[in-house]
Amino acid sequence: MEPMPQISMLSYDVVVIGGGPAGMAAAVKAKELGLNVLLLDENDYLGGILPQCIHPGFGLHYFKEELTGPEFASRLAKRLVELGVEYRTAARVLEIKNYSDLEKVVIFTSPAGVYQVWTKAIIYAAGARERHAFEIGIVGDRVAGIYTAGEAQTLMDIYGILPGKEVVIVGSGDVGLIMARRFALEGAKVKAVIELMPYPGGLARNVMILRDFNIPLYLSHKVVEVRGRGRVQRVKVVRVDENLNETGEEFWIEADTLVISAGLIPSVKKLKKIGVEIDPATGGPVVNDRLETSVPGIFVAGNSLLINDLVDYVAEQGELAAESAKEFIEKGGIESRKWVKVRKGQNVRLIAPHYLSGDRDVYLYLRVARPMENVELRIPEIGKKLRLPVVKPAEMIRLKLRAEEIQKASEKLTVEVVRA
Amino acid sequence: MKTRVAIIGAGISGASIARVLSKYENLEVHLIEKAPDVGWGVSKANTALIHGGYDDDPEKYPMRAKLCIRGNRLWHQWVKELQIPHVWNGALIVATKEEDFDELEKLLERGHKNGVPEMRIIDRDELFHLEPGLTREAIGALWVPIVGQIGPIPAVIALVENAVANGVKTHLETEVRGIKVENGEVRGVETNNGFIEADIVINAAGLYADEVARMAGIDYFEIHPRKGEYYLFDDDVPGPGRVLFPTPTPISKGIVVTTEISGHLMIGPNAQDLPPEEKDNLATTEEGLREVWEGAKKLWPNLPPKSRVIRTFAGLRPEPTGGDFIIKAEEEVWGFINVAGIRSPGLTSAPAIAYEVAEIIQRDLGINLVEKEKWNPYRKEITHFFMLPPEKANELIKKNPAYGKIVCRCNHVSEGDILEAIERMKFIGVKTPSVDSVKFRTKSTTGTCQGSFCRPKIVQLLAKEYGVEPWEVTLKGKGSEIGIGDVKALLRGEEA
Amino acid sequence: MIYRFTCIVCPLGCSIEVEMENGEVLGVTGHTCPRGMEWAIEEVTNPRRVVMSVVPVEGGALPTVSVKTAEPVPKEKIPELMKFLAKLKLKAPVNVGQVVAEWEGIKIVATRGA
Repeated sequence: MEPMPQISMLSYDVVVIGGGPAGMAAAVKAKELGLNVLLLDENDYLGGILPQCIHPGFGLHYFKEELTGPEFASRLAKRLVELGVEYRTAARVLEIKNYSDLEKVVIFTSPAGVYQVWTKAIIYAAGARERHAFEIGIVGDRVAGIYTAGEAQTLMDIYGILPGKEVVIVGSGDVGLIMARRFALEGAKVKAVIELMPYPGGLARNVMILRDFNIPLYLSHKVVEVRGRGRVQRVKVVRVDENLNETGEEFWIEADTLVISAGLIPSVKKLKKIGVEIDPATGGPVVNDRLETSVPGIFVAGNSLLINDLVDYVAEQGELAAESAKEFIEKGGIESRKWVKVRKGQNVRLIAPHYLSGDRDVYLYLRVARPMENVELRIPEIGKKLRLPVVKPAEMIRLKLRAEEIQKASEKLTVEVVRA
Repeated sequence: MKTRVAIIGAGISGASIARVLSKYENLEVHLIEKAPDVGWGVSKANTALIHGGYDDDPEKYPMRAKLCIRGNRLWHQWVKELQIPHVWNGALIVATKEEDFDELEKLLERGHKNGVPEMRIIDRDELFHLEPGLTREAIGALWVPIVGQIGPIPAVIALVENAVANGVKTHLETEVRGIKVENGEVRGVETNNGFIEADIVINAAGLYADEVARMAGIDYFEIHPRKGEYYLFDDDVPGPGRVLFPTPTPISKGIVVTTEISGHLMIGPNAQDLPPEEKDNLATTEEGLREVWEGAKKLWPNLPPKSRVIRTFAGLRPEPTGGDFIIKAEEEVWGFINVAGIRSPGLTSAPAIAYEVAEIIQRDLGINLVEKEKWNPYRKEITHFFMLPPEKANELIKKNPAYGKIVCRCNHVSEGDILEAIERMKFIGVKTPSVDSVKFRTKSTTGTCQGSFCRPKIVQLLAKEYGVEPWEVTLKGKGSEIGIGDVKALLRGEEA
Repeated sequence: MIYRFTCIVCPLGCSIEVEMENGEVLGVTGHTCPRGMEWAIEEVTNPRRVVMSVVPVEGGALPTVSVKTAEPVPKEKIPELMKFLAKLKLKAPVNVGQVVAEWEGIKIVATRGA
């Protein structure tokens, strides 16, 4: 082991990285289970992205009540404080080291100094980041007025800054549509929502925003270029064909603001560095049914695991990760007689967890590749069938499998979504 | 009485000149720049190379040939004195066909003529030992160990900080509108911020050097913009250890593949000539970027998917009539010195250009330059949290907790780094708070997320330190404000 | 007059049509459950929304607090409500759940403290 620099040392059973809904739910559960837990978050406040998600639609499952993002966050934070969970804000993890199964180090910095924390387990709940304009190949001028949806939301709903007055939104996912509403409510003109796919990307209740505020939606279109001096002045939109290739059909929209809502990517760079295996489909780690990654004792929950639609599932993952950390510490590892591999069948774009023990009931989280009606979700190996009237890529499917069902499989089970 | 010198343009040339002229006690040096900060013109977007000096034909381009190698040698010294981020990793000019060796031999010979040390031609085995990721079609290369890379804007900032510490006065957001000439001698510079008296005017105005020269009645050259576009990839995408060039053709030096100093694979540039009136056209284009991609793939076949691109950008090079640097005291207008057409290898040549200008002042203008007794050649680099070992970071945090708080999560830039950057902006006279000014000093907003998490926080810090409303903070100068007002501005029927 | 909707009551997303004449509902088609029908009729006759926004606050850790209406507001009244919110200025401390203002009998509730 390399000599440790002169920095303060701490010691815990479990360190939770990230104070959003997954991390807070994990820390609360870990504390309830009697673990010595430390939660770290890089922001000045707890809640992750929730405090800026000021719209309702949170907590119907978890709190059995419809809340806004900040309300959901404050309820979890209240529990955390009541239980006396130790947490630090403005604390950024610099490095994770994995010395052995029960000896891990988290190095973090904070206004109080740099600390090195010895811990037995880590719950990684650092959320996701947004895809930005360069990643989706937009060319032209690099000027003010181009924001990811999250940045626009931070400016508006945390700091009280109105980014612009004539807005084009790239992406009709929930975040894009919700930002369309925020801009429209505050008096800006939302000139268009541009969607690459031939169908809208958000939940139906959010697609209604377009009707409420008379916002045109262009399906099968993409923004390819931004022009402006100092600030965005116009954006070029091109229609795409069924293979998403650009057609010659194009037009310009005058706008001073371009909001990019082109999807989220799990923030897992620090995990990759220590060799955690990543699933290219989810962008998050490969995990077993305890949400343990390929590095024993490192668990993952929330949008770092896979991109969720509902905060309720994120919190549920956090709790499971905490239970798993407890099991890991008590038994010195997560053991199973066998691991059943979960395979993606027809029209399944991504799925997690990836390995099931059959020792416990699990929730599978999956997304389809394309929308379909009247389908059957099937797992042929165990004879499971489930009728679904409609499936959409925008809506994550959460499927409960009982331990007995999983035990029926020998090595693998295949999840497919096919016409009924 | 001191001789008053006005340098027009705070790019790499103007800043280097300012630094060198700050050595002399009988000069009063004014550095004039129309942008809100230094280094935002040609210096901002280029390949950031300190070239080897083998490329410029001394017959055709004597100034370039002379100053490039001299500049390279000086940079080895200057990066240390000024603590400028740099890497001396050498360049490989890669041959893929037998006839390429003829061209490499020519470059080798030219290099010898220009005085470039340590160059040699290497064979396939040695080449792949150095760069295993190269195209399998590579058969050898010219190896130029003295080539390196620096951060061009950090270099300009370092030079200006050092110049200001040594008494140079900056005038930012100051646009030159005219040159006052009387009886064949310069008298000063007319600007949007009033008249600046000067006995010597140095025209280092980059793309606009022809327009500034015309203000003094000098019109024998033109500058046209040549656009080059680039891709920058995420820092976990593997790139080469050295700077890779294809063997040049008569038309082009080719697309470079390199790992820039912050560890990002970078490819580019192409070359597209624009009409003279498009000196502000910095837009990237689908065609240009396609050319860069195809070109780079020939050298570096394992380019990652396009989704790993974190930025594309374009820069303009100032191409002068005749192709060579125009560095001379103009005889018709006493005191007017052109430093024009500083295209590639301008970044490399800058320190040598600065000494050349000092020599011109002595030799051609007959001003005997007297060295200061106390001139400070050193400048301390800004604190970069990400470069500190934990125990050093801890010491700093104990003195100032802001250094413990990370603002840019991708590059681990602390609030302390950013506050220090803002202090340094003020030190050299930056009046308009811009996120870009912080970015170029700290590397914040340049990582994987491109600032979507940290930009709002940087805006808050700039607003507080500059005493303005957060929506008045700009991305890159006036006209690029972060917002149009507070969140209720439109509902109240107002906007900024 | 026929109004068309994609129902949002459940993930099924039925396409519902409501036929109206002189403010009277003549018929509803396309729904597969009574909740969908009720929702569609309400959407035509009295569409209402919960409204959320932020208002400036002095002396808080952040410069704004987020707010929502305690109940759904008739859609056509939303612009007027937003104009009202634009005039609000709060002072810390503000607690989550605190009623910070009232507009035409509708409570404006803080959803984020300061």
